[in-house]
Amino acid sequence: MLRLGVPSKGRLMEKTFDWFAARGVEIARTGDEREYAGHVSGVEDVRLLLLSAGEIPRELAAGRIHLGVTGTDLVREQIPGWERVVQELAPLGFGHADLVLAVPRAWVDVETPGDLDAAAAAFRAAHGHRLRIATKYHRLVRDYLRAEGVADYALVDSQGATEGTVANGTAEAIADITSSGETLRANHLRPLSTPPILRSEATLFRARGAEWSAGARAAIAALARRIGVEPGGD
Amino acid sequence: MPSKAAIRAEAARLQAVLSEAVGGAQAIEADILQPAETLLDLYGEDIRARAYVTADPVRGERMLRPDFTVPVVQMHMESGAEPARYTYAGEVFRRQESPEPGRPAEYIQVGLEVFDRDDPAARDAEVFCAIAGALAPLRLKAAMGDIGLLAAAVSGLPLSEPRKAALMRHLWRPHRFRDLLERFAGRRAPPPARQALLDAVAAQGADAVIDAAGPVIGRRARAEIAARLAALATDAAEPPLPTRDLALIDDLLGVRATPHDALSRLHDLAVDLPALEPALARLSARLDALDAAGVDLEAVAFEASYGRTTLEYYDGFVFGFVAERGGLPPVATGGRYDALTRQLGAGREIPAVGGVIRPALVLELGGGA
Repeated sequence: MLRLGVPSKGRLMEKTFDWFAARGVEIARTGDEREYAGHVSGVEDVRLLLLSAGEIPRELAAGRIHLGVTGTDLVREQIPGWERVVQELAPLGFGHADLVLAVPRAWVDVETPGDLDAAAAAFRAAHGHRLRIATKYHRLVRDYLRAEGVADYALVDSQGATEGTVANGTAEAIADITSSGETLRANHLRPLSTPPILRSEATLFRARGAEWSAGARAAIAALARRIGVEPGGD
Repeated sequence: MPSKAAIRAEAARLQAVLSEAVGGAQAIEADILQPAETLLDLYGEDIRARAYVTADPVRGERMLRPDFTVPVVQMHMESGAEPARYTYAGEVFRRQESPEPGRPAEYIQVGLEVFDRDDPAARDAEVFCAIAGALAPLRLKAAMGDIGLLAAAVSGLPLSEPRKAALMRHLWRPHRFRDLLERFAGRRAPPPARQALLDAVAAQGADAVIDAAGPVIGRRARAEIAARLAALATDAAEPPLPTRDLALIDDLLGVRATPHDALSRLHDLAVDLPALEPALARLSARLDALDAAGVDLEAVAFEASYGRTTLEYYDGFVFGFVAERGGLPPVATGGRYDALTRQLGAGREIPAVGGVIRPALVLELGGGA
């Protein structure tokens, strides 16, 4: 039995169902709207688990599901050393979003991470505390800023309405997922002009640490053939 | 892997050996839970990737001590008599983002710290010799360097004070340091819109340009944005750093030899970079003190860039001892950290040098009593 975890609601769920359907694998919820169960037809021996997209990385890392659909941003944020834990089988072509570092539009002097670093040094000298960046993507943002050599910043946790933190005075800049930039603009923010921290999209992942019994291997081979992707493996 | 009891016993033995080597030192303890804010302000947000952070509902964020240096310096600055010699032994905690063989998440460290204004070269040698002596049976390879050389070189470059300050801030971040140097040398283009921005500021004034971009929100004030625009304009007008000076920095960072050979190579570089001289005088005095103490310097590797990425709060002499057998972390490391005492001392400072040993590795490599 191959355990496949997919997002349990919203556009991400619908698009995932569409993606599999277009490749001859029908996925559907069973029962009523509130029941998180489903079935798969078109391939044998695949069990569907409807999960919150945010929990799918954890389930993959723990090996409780063999395959899972979720955003690359969530996998890279939540799984340390993600490449050793999961394998990307196929980008699914939807759920595109960029993780960007955004600053107030009035900061005309800040376009690059180097500018941000210089602004942070001056800010710390003037205010006596580090320049605060609100985000929920702590690992990705910290790794990015370390690689870019930015110092004198502090990450402050923001699990929602992150774009509002600057106007509210709880942060000086933010790092968040954006697809169109509308919300940033509405909050008088703009991304740095350098490439984003990460370009994310919905992706089919394979858990390296799941129990790959003969049955699971046969099921993934059949599923992979059907949907036209490489089955992965070590 | 030796048992914890064996490691503790070895730690106690090493602590006594270190204390005796410096003619007696005060054995001290430090709290395991340290205020996170102090460590974050000192090391920056990166420390979160390497230290365990825990939440205390009353005291706020705490960190499981990643090393003893900060609590020992704080203790000394609050109450210490001068001069002072301290030893300690206890667990330190290092978080790992990914499992690395041979890098435990908690291990025991034995340390020696010397706070003494008198004769820094002799104090450097004292700490190096105490640790070398304790590890002598293991036949480790010793390496040393001096972060002060790079700082001295930067101070002598034909650059404006803001440019020098930017380089000094990033001595320990080689990637950003290099990026800045190349930018100052005109080898890296500024962002494409930068010149247009500066032209607009020159024509319309900073306020008009800022207002046209959007409302000033958050704590970074209009005056701070305007001040940086002014700094960018000044910087854009500064002549590029000559290629010759860029090459001097590369030559300096590339020096790897036995300490005396390295010193003579550095003296050659100082012909073109006289600002190195004070740092070379300190290095020369240190080598004399090490010679006088009977250290075989021919067996030591000197690297000008030693410890630049891993020993971040050291600002002068740095050293380490590693096993011939690969794959192990250094058995001991140490160095001088005068600037750290300045940062933690709220206006006061004291020259400080110290080092730490990992007793578990000493046992693993067949040392110990």
